[in-house]
Amino acid sequence: MILRGKTRVFGDHVNTDYIISGRYKFKTLDMRELARHVMEDLRPDFAEEIETGDFIVAGINFGCGSSREQAPLAIKYAGISAVLASSFARIFYRNCINKGLPVVECDTWGIAEGDELEVDLGKGSITNLTQGTNLKAAPLPSVMSAILAEGGLAAYLKNHGSFEL
Amino acid sequence: MGKTISEKILSAHSGVDARAGQIVVAQLDFMMGQDGTSPLAIEAFREMGASRVSDPAKVAMVIDHSAPSPLEGVSRLHALMREFAREQGITFYDIGQGVCHCLIPERGHLSPGDLMVGADSHTCTYGAVNVFATGVGSTDLAAAMMTGKLWFKVPQTIRIILDGALPEGVCSKDLALWLAGKLTADGATYMAIEYEGEAIDEMSVEARFTLSNMAVEMGAKAGLMEADAKALQWMREHGARTLERVESDPDASFVETLEYRVHEVEPMVAKPHTVDNVAPVGELEGIRIDQGVIGTCTNGRVEDLEIAAGILRGRRVNPDVRLVVAPASQRVLLEGMDRGIIRDLVEAGAALVTPGCGPCVGTHNGVPGDGENVISTANRNFKGRMGNPNAFIYLASPATVAASVIEGSITDPRRYLSP
Ligand code: SF4
Repeated sequence: MILRGKTRVFGDHVNTDYIISGRYKFKTLDMRELARHVMEDLRPDFAEEIETGDFIVAGINFGCGSSREQAPLAIKYAGISAVLASSFARIFYRNCINKGLPVVECDTWGIAEGDELEVDLGKGSITNLTQGTNLKAAPLPSVMSAILAEGGLAAYLKNHGSFEL
Repeated sequence: MGKTISEKILSAHSGVDARAGQIVVAQLDFMMGQDGTSPLAIEAFREMGASRVSDPAKVAMVIDHSAPSPLEGVSRLHALMREFAREQGITFYDIGQGVCHCLIPERGHLSPGDLMVGADSHTCTYGAVNVFATGVGSTDLAAAMMTGKLWFKVPQTIRIILDGALPEGVCSKDLALWLAGKLTADGATYMAIEYEGEAIDEMSVEARFTLSNMAVEMGAKAGLMEADAKALQWMREHGARTLERVESDPDASFVETLEYRVHEVEPMVAKPHTVDNVAPVGELEGIRIDQGVIGTCTNGRVEDLEIAAGILRGRRVNPDVRLVVAPASQRVLLEGMDRGIIRDLVEAGAALVTPGCGPCVGTHNGVPGDGENVISTANRNFKGRMGNPNAFIYLASPATVAASVIEGSITDPRRYLSP
């Protein structure tokens, strides 16, 4: 899958409470409602600024904190096509794959706000069209690419009935 | 070559010779969800086309995060959980029973050497009783309920040896914060931690839960300890099925072995807005406090309430400060009542709330106002964590919180040590 879009840049240690605050996430299973508040405490108007297909780009330890899937879902439903970070917190990383939100671990240093990227998930390559540079992503374990390829873990298990390694 | 605790438990549950880095599919002994994560797990379970959980005796759901429900939207989600629990015949803990991480080990669901997952990041708490326990999301919980299994990447392990004894007035929470400062918030990402040493041997099992609880604040997947006689005794008293412990081999391979002498650890405070932003209490004395919180899965057990009551007994919470006390479980509340601890706290001016997460996660029970400072025994102080992004959360031990709410400002609890 090849994705193309503009970047929205955040810093290090963006935690799940920043992604979607506890004020909202317990109230509803309506992810469109939650998506309206994504990253609100860091950037109050972020949800409105997003154009469908944008990438979130961040530094280290993105998604640290709680295990709630409302975090990847709020990002996904806000129209973000993938998250690129230098490193991810492990539960969040797993949740993104399980919910079919592509996550790309790569050296994000140097990517600027508004840069246009082309991300080839299969090859694990990232082209910064604005800066004319190329990056390599850390490969996904095969079980994770299989789950992502089917759009998430629910679809994967619906199709396979159990884990196939 | 020998194996770590993680490698042994994951080998025993997957039937393969599991080594760090490998991916295995392993059979689970137990799985748990709370009210922030279970509704999505139930939805995912249906989406998977599942109709029955693979083994109802291995599943528990807990309503602890927003308990009792503060809003009708939450009530709908709670109703969904109750209905699912009834239909599937799983164990269900409704409002007032307590925080999942206090309940699950307390009610006999775990034995040493078990493999379990919880749809809550602080599931690593049970590492203190030799259980490989890790947090997952709702969809993983759904997959676990459906298949009884889950895939794991066998983690590498950091060994932390804690020599010596903690000084008086210094709690395991101070040690947990001190370690978070040393390792930082992502110092153990993707890895397991094994804690050992004299300081652990000396600690009560309750104090050990506090330490393992905060392993995830350094990014760790599990915060493991071996089960010594004390832990086995505790597990026996709390209904464990078996009492076989799992230890790491002398020639096991660790990514790193860190050895610390803990005699110099002081009461520590994490400053807003990150857990690893720590300082000794002395550097922060005098900072105004508007609200104190004693409770949560980190420090809401009997021993914690007792430490706080030891300082507050016969004294008063400062009139400019609110103190919220949330016992971590109904049993904690009952024992605290029997032993007069609850009375001491309430007489000192505490507001007692329902056993559960209390104000920890910002849904109810004491959302702070704009510009207010909170000192809490919880494990996270992220901006907005308690429901208001314009408040400031400091994390500390029950002793430091108790001393601070008396003074109305951050205070070294060693001033209140009885001679
Ligand atoms: S007490 Fe706080 S940290 Fe613990 S499970 Fe509840 S919300 Fe999470």
